[in-house]
Amino acid sequence: MERDDLIEYSLHAHHDEDKGKVIRKKIYFVTILLTAITVLEVFLGAVIKQDASIWPLVKWAFVVLTLLKAGYIVIVFMHLGDERPWLRYVILVPYFIFILYLIFIALWEAVYIKGVLSYFS
Amino acid sequence: MGGHSVQLDQKALWGGKESPFQVSYGKMMMWFFLISDALTFGGLLVAYGFTRHDCLEAWPIGEETFNSLPFLGHGYPLLYVALMTFILIVSSVTMVLAVEAGHRMDKKGVIKWMIATIIGGFFFVGSQAWEWYHFIHGSEFGKVELSDGSVAIVKGHFGEIENFTVTVAGRHHKKGEVIKEDLMHTFQHAAAAGHIENEIITLHDGSKAKINKAKDHDLTLIIKKSGSRYKSDKEHRMITGKQAHDLYYGALYSGESNRVIYGANLKQNEYGPQQYAQFFFFITGFHGFHVFSGVVINIIICLGVVAGTYHKRGHYEMVEKTGLYWHFVDLVWVFVFTFFYLI
Repeated sequence: MERDDLIEYSLHAHHDEDKGKVIRKKIYFVTILLTAITVLEVFLGAVIKQDASIWPLVKWAFVVLTLLKAGYIVIVFMHLGDERPWLRYVILVPYFIFILYLIFIALWEAVYIKGVLSYFS
Repeated sequence: MGGHSVQLDQKALWGGKESPFQVSYGKMMMWFFLISDALTFGGLLVAYGFTRHDCLEAWPIGEETFNSLPFLGHGYPLLYVALMTFILIVSSVTMVLAVEAGHRMDKKGVIKWMIATIIGGFFFVGSQAWEWYHFIHGSEFGKVELSDGSVAIVKGHFGEIENFTVTVAGRHHKKGEVIKEDLMHTFQHAAAAGHIENEIITLHDGSKAKINKAKDHDLTLIIKKSGSRYKSDKEHRMITGKQAHDLYYGALYSGESNRVIYGANLKQNEYGPQQYAQFFFFITGFHGFHVFSGVVINIIICLGVVAGTYHKRGHYEMVEKTGLYWHFVDLVWVFVFTFFYLI
């Protein structure tokens, strides 16, 4: 039986060869970028040792580069950039609220517990 | 009365009809599933950070722990993990190319890129299996407890064991016999159990044999836990040269058990605090399980593409949905790579 309450949104998501070319070009660009970032990260890790004075800076660089990589994967590869704005918010906003809260509370607690452990050891 | 009135179908209104997001139910649920899964991985990595911060012992350094390549041995910090990352990124790219081909209704293209993705997935799972094998079996030197109670990891090139020459006969081996099989395994087992004293190894059958071994090169001890004499602070933690050699073999050939630990299991490991191995097994294992299920799902969907199921439907949304899952696996690995291996 034909159901009239189901709408096939993907039927309208097609594109032609010309648009495909543009999309593929973007995909290859992101590939090279992600690879370059990974190479840079490994290079930084190999050259700068953990007891170097600028290591904290390198750590933050790793975090920023990772978030950059993650952003490209989510927005280009997972096509979140092509979705409607409200879908983006519904996915990203709750996630960031929960994860930032989790990071905050875990770090806060860890700092306190370390203080206690160091005091008694 | 002119014109015509439109009869609104109340049932259709209650059913919601148009999605405000303009996506299908399936795609949206895939996104919601991925959010929950991302929170799970987020929780695991946060727990890792929590444990690491609270650990009073020195935490292992990624470049020192993971520095081997297949067939090439040691001395390549993080290259193997970087290669794994690259494999996963490439398989993510082939997946997105399959989705793009699907948008052009190019069935052959979808099949081609999906097969490439599946191969990439198998390569990644295989790489992870190799890494686990290596992590469990450990280095050739192991972690050693020195005479003063300090604990050190060891770097350098292990001189090959040439043979064992039996000096005292046992139940199986006769005096003067030269044993050439399974040397490394026997050696490590005996060293951990304390069955080696002054270059004389006691074998399973009770026979004693002399160890003939090539010289080690660049033997370096890195003190991880201070003892009464050797300290783990920055200036003093590295011990090299003859002193390192004497200290290491002093412990190895002491005839005491548990002076050296090789590899990792759930009770002890050579790399550092026990939680480190626990998190390694859990986080990379959980991720590897995701990759494995991703490969299985990709195979099932690829069979559907070959059968023409989605072509008849008029769109390749199923490929897009599995693609979302596959990219997510890549996304998680990017974070595991940074927080477990790099930092």
